[in-house]
Order: sequence, then C-alpha cells, then structure tokens
Amino acid sequence: MSNSYVLKNVTIGDGATTDIQVDGDKIVAIAAGLIAAEVIDCTGLVALPGCVDLHTHLREPGFEQSETVLTGTQSAAMGGFTAVHAMANTSPVADTAGVVEQVAALGREAGYADVYPIGAVTVGLAGKQMAELGAMANSKAKVRVFSDDGKCVHDPVLMRRALEYVKAFDGVVAQHAQEPRLTEGAQMNEGAVSAELGLTGWPAVAEESIIARDVLLAEHVGSRVHICHLSTAGSVEIVRWAKARGIHVTAEVTPHHLLLTDELVRSYDAVYKVNPPLRTQADVLALREALIDGTIDIIATDHAPHPIESKDCEWSAAAFGMLGLETAASIAQQVLIDSGKSSWGRLAEVLSINPAAIGRDTEQGQAIAVGSFANLALIDPKVTRKVVADSASKSKNSPYVGLELPGRVVHTIYRGHFTVRDAKLAESGRK
Amino acid sequence: MNKYLLSAADLTRDQAIEILDIAEGMADVNDREIKKLPTLRGKTVVNLFFEDSTRTRISFELAAKRLSADVINFSAKGSSVSKGESLKDTAQTLEAMGADAVVIRHSASGAANVLAHSGWINGAIVNAGDGTHEHPTQALLDAFTMRKRIHGDNSKGKALDGLKVAIVGDILHSRVARSNLLLLNTLGAEVHFVAPPTLLPSDASNFKAKLHYSLDETLLTEKPDVVMMLRVQAERMNASYFPSEREYARIWGFNADRLKALKPSAFLMHPGPMNRGLEIDAVSADSPQSTVLEQVANGVSVRMAVLYSLLSGERATDV
Repeated sequence: MSNSYVLKNVTIGDGATTDIQVDGDKIVAIAAGLIAAEVIDCTGLVALPGCVDLHTHLREPGFEQSETVLTGTQSAAMGGFTAVHAMANTSPVADTAGVVEQVAALGREAGYADVYPIGAVTVGLAGKQMAELGAMANSKAKVRVFSDDGKCVHDPVLMRRALEYVKAFDGVVAQHAQEPRLTEGAQMNEGAVSAELGLTGWPAVAEESIIARDVLLAEHVGSRVHICHLSTAGSVEIVRWAKARGIHVTAEVTPHHLLLTDELVRSYDAVYKVNPPLRTQADVLALREALIDGTIDIIATDHAPHPIESKDCEWSAAAFGMLGLETAASIAQQVLIDSGKSSWGRLAEVLSINPAAIGRDTEQGQAIAVGSFANLALIDPKVTRKVVADSASKSKNSPYVGLELPGRVVHTIYRGHFTVRDAKLAESGRK
Repeated sequence: MNKYLLSAADLTRDQAIEILDIAEGMADVNDREIKKLPTLRGKTVVNLFFEDSTRTRISFELAAKRLSADVINFSAKGSSVSKGESLKDTAQTLEAMGADAVVIRHSASGAANVLAHSGWINGAIVNAGDGTHEHPTQALLDAFTMRKRIHGDNSKGKALDGLKVAIVGDILHSRVARSNLLLLNTLGAEVHFVAPPTLLPSDASNFKAKLHYSLDETLLTEKPDVVMMLRVQAERMNASYFPSEREYARIWGFNADRLKALKPSAFLMHPGPMNRGLEIDAVSADSPQSTVLEQVANGVSVRMAVLYSLLSGERATDV
C-alpha cells in the first residue's frame, strides 16, 4: 500500500519550520523542500508527537450506552491522541487476560488509536484479592499499567504486594488515591463552598494520606508507583518531596483540575461532578506550577463519558466524571504556552512522551525524527474555538461547553493514517 | 425572588420584610373564624415530597388551602435512582398536569435549584428543604417569630437589626442553620453558631457567623437575645460526631440551668420535632421562653405569604 505524503511547512514544537515526509507508517524524511505525490500545506501548524492518554474510560465492554472503543478512540483522534490507555472499570472488569485482549482487539479493529488496556489490580476492583496481573502482562495485550481506578487500593498490604509483584514484568500500579472512610458519601471538595452548599465534603487529606503512604511503600519495596489525577496542592508537595528523595513516583493531572474550581458547583449542575472533585483556585495554581516544573509528569484526561440521564438529575444522584479527550490539548496550550510559562517541548512531554514512557508504550511518544512511527498531532495554536456539546464521543458531559479555548487539532496522524484531517474525523480507521 | 424561593439569599432585605409583613396579614386571617382567602382560587399547588416530613407538608398544605388553592400532595419516597423514577420525569409529569407551583422537599442538596434551572417546569418553585443545604421558609417563619416576640403588634416594617442569635447544634448538616444564617444577616441580626467541632464545617470561612464550641460560655459572654436549638438527627448518633447522647445533652443540650442563664427578655426556639432530653429538656421546651408552638403557627402564615407572593401576580413590587 502506497501511503506517501509530505507535510509542508510544519513547525516542530518550539523549533524550526520544515517539511516532514511520511511513507507507510513511518517518518522517512525531515528537511526543507521535500516533494511527494501528495503535499499537505501545514503552514502555521505545530507538530507534536501524537498524544498519549494514560487514563481513558472507553466503557466497553458493558457500558456501551456511554462510549465504545470505536467512539472513544474517534474522540481521542479528534483531540490529537494516537494512543489511549483504557481503564479497567468495565463490565466485566478488565481483570483477566480475556477481557484485556478483547479490548485491545476492539482497538485494533477500530483503527483510530493504539488501545492499551489497563488491568485491574484486584479481582472485580473489589480490593480484596489480587487479579491475575501476570496473565494480563503476558497476554497479547501486554498490559503494563494496572489500576483499580474509580476505587482506591486502600488495603496497605495488598498495595504493597501489587507494587512488588508488577516488578516482574516492569509494570506500574496507577493508584486512585482516595481514602474510602474519609470520603463516604462525598460529593464535592470539602471546603468553604461545600459548607455553604450543604454537600458532603471530599477532603484533600483523603487523597494526600494515600499518596504519602504509597510513595513510602514504593520506596520500601523499590517499585515505581503512578498517582492518578492528583488534585490538591498538598499532593503536589508530597510528590515533590518523594521525587527529591529518589522515589520512583510519577503523577498525572487532568485538564479539568488545571482549569476548573469548586465554585462551579454552586450551580448544582452535575456536569461539574467528578472524582476527585474540582478543588480550589489555590489548588489549580499549585497543579499548574507543578506541571510546569516537572513535579507532575503528565496530563491525563480521565475522559469519563456518561449518558444524559446520569447527569440530568439532582447532584447527589448524578454520576462522577466528565469528558476530556477533545479539549485536553487546548487546556495544555492555555496552561503551558499561552501563559508564557513553558514550551511546546514541555507540552509534548506531558501529553505524549512521558505518558508513553510510564506505560512502556514503545511505539508511541517517539521523537519526531526519521525512523519514528508517524504518530503526529498538528495543532493550529492561533485559533480560539467555542466548545460545543457535539463531539465524536457518544456522550455529552463536557464541562467546557460554551467556553472559549485556544488551539485546534487540525490533523491527527496515527501510524501514517489520517484519523483526523482538516479537523474532520476520518470515515474509517487504519486497517 | 420572582418565581422561585430556593434560598434565603434570594431575598433582599426589603423583600424579606415585605413577606414578613404580608405574613402579619395572613396571621390575622388565621385568627378569624373563617380562615380562608379567595386569593389563589383556581391555582394548583403541588407538594412534591421526596422525603418524609409530615409537619412541613401539612404546614404548606394548610397555607395553600387557606388561600383557596387546589393542593396535591405527591410523595415520592427515596432518591430517583432507587425509585426508578427521576426527578425530571416527576417534575415534567406535574408540569403536564398544570401545576402552578411546586413545593419541593428532597434529600439531595440543590434539588430545588436543579428543578428551577433545568427548564423542566414553568411554575413557581418553593424549596421546602433540600438535603443539608437550605430551608428558606423555616428561616422566614423563625424571623417572623423573633419579630413578633420583640415587637408584638408593631412588627410590620421591622427588621432584626442588632439582634444576637445563637444557633446551637448540628450546624454541619443543618439546612435550618444555613437558611437562618443568610436571612438573619440580611435582616441585620448577628449570628453565633455553637456546636461541637465535629458538627461545624471544617472551613466555615464563608459563613458570616461567629463560631463557638461552648454553649455555657456563649450564654455567659455573648448574652444572646435568641437561642435556637437544632435537632440532632438519629443518623449522627452512631457516627462518632460525639461520644454519646448523654454527653451531648450535658454539654450542648438546653436545660433548666441554662434557661436561668438567659437574660430575662431572651427566648428559646426549636424548629421541631424536638428530641426531648437530648438537645432540649422538658423544662425549657415547655417554658414561657420557648417559642416552639408559635413557630408552628407562624409557619402557616409565612408559607401563605410566600405562596401569595409567588402566585398572586398582583404585587406592586417584584417580590
């Protein structure tokens, strides 16, 4: 199959403007004045290695009314992603080799992004018995990231064992840090706003105490640990301390925790209900700073689709979670580039290079260089766009609808194939 | 206020005083032999109660009936999730049947706000208690009761400037406390919250109130004009908020000794139903300083005033 084209006048990250030639699924040349049968003018566009999401809820199998592997990866492509890590809280739970292989196969069939299934740490996410981590690691899905996301592995012995066990295959446990007793019935961030609104608080200490415990456990057993959706200023301090101590900890922040605060809950609009909850402006500022200085390693979306009826109700009855794939790059741009505080190089690290490294995705997050897989996101940073409710996702629970966000993903190239071209989703995935 | 009374904060000082003044007129009606006005004839008021509350429901029902409205009581037990019928469907059903006003009581904080801002219904909405958030008509009836105790027949037009009100008990989970705080601030009163630290919000910095742990010290140093005791809900008893009912009653309950510590003009309030022997003892509850039964009676007048203001459409101001 001949698939050769030149991306003309691309700006690679913070660097030079040049041409990129793709042949098949690889980058074959980077130089000015390249020529091919097909030439795509990319003047004004910034090229990044295709984004990699370490935290996506694709909902299939089991919750196809919210999202499927196909619609979820289409949404990912629209957001500039060429790989997603699919969280394990499906039905059945991704706690066996069979389920993770099925999810991976659905991803290949869809052809819009690499789908790396995340395996559950415990059977049924129940926090009682370790799932067959080895079987999942050795399966065709080659699982390297394990998480009970949605639930915390709160039993310290089980967490210790899981951290130790995954060393056998260079895996990592991604912890949803939430002390369960401190967050019973929790509805929103515990603070001045929850006091006014009469909603049960989710205190920062419930996250921070688990992170503190887990970095110490990781140090004790010499394992690496990844912290999902870190949301508080205190968590940042603990991770900063742990890294300074040489502990192998990595941390992610979601786009919504970089932008939104608990003040939005005053509307009682359940589109703002998410776990961990939206925090305060002081937390937002600490998270941004930590993302810039490297304390936080990555942005991960925690894209969590829900059907309309799960949000169109009273707050306490609503589901936790919000969409994130199609807005993540814009929010990263706002926080890192438009703020004048960081660089496209850092943006590429947090949205592609680092998540791929944490997940051990060897064919993702590669430098834009000759010989690399042609996984690219081409962004027009100059435009601003108003977010609309319609998206490639099957669900509509985006908290950003109506907001103006900077930047637009113009093309997404997944292993040489345009999954998005001129901001339009390709009709078919890569076969 | 317009079509909704969702929060005590919806009311400006003038609007609050006007409702209290209208309630004065309603109280006169309630003293007549024929306790009925034709004002809301042809209007339909639905009491939509997702949570048991016979007292509040009866109070609203009586208020609507005394204004000649048609009243429908709709009890929907449990949350929408467990019941299988959503708030949305219930609300739209009532809308389709032509409800002019919905009085909603719900265990979820914010349920009345969601109802008002969802576009599901067009009628007026009164929040009759949403979870641990607010209960604005309770605050209005409490303010009415305070005004009446202080000013008697000369209450009309008066606010509560300078009045010192101590609210005692489970502030953290109390919608009565939240609505009272907002309305009392609006009316110029000074609010003191007294509670064990476990029953205060961990961050009360947005509360315009002074916080105290000790009831005795508050009575001694602040000399409040009004003490309002909050009900201790059964679900707090075994959740380590306090060691035992006996200890709670000893330290934060109102009793005969504390009654003596009140200044002579001060009075004692309770939204009911009371846990006699827990947050209030029989001597205090039945004392002349207790306004418990006045509060119940005033509740009807105030709710008449609220329904009238929302539904009559004949108001000179935009209340």
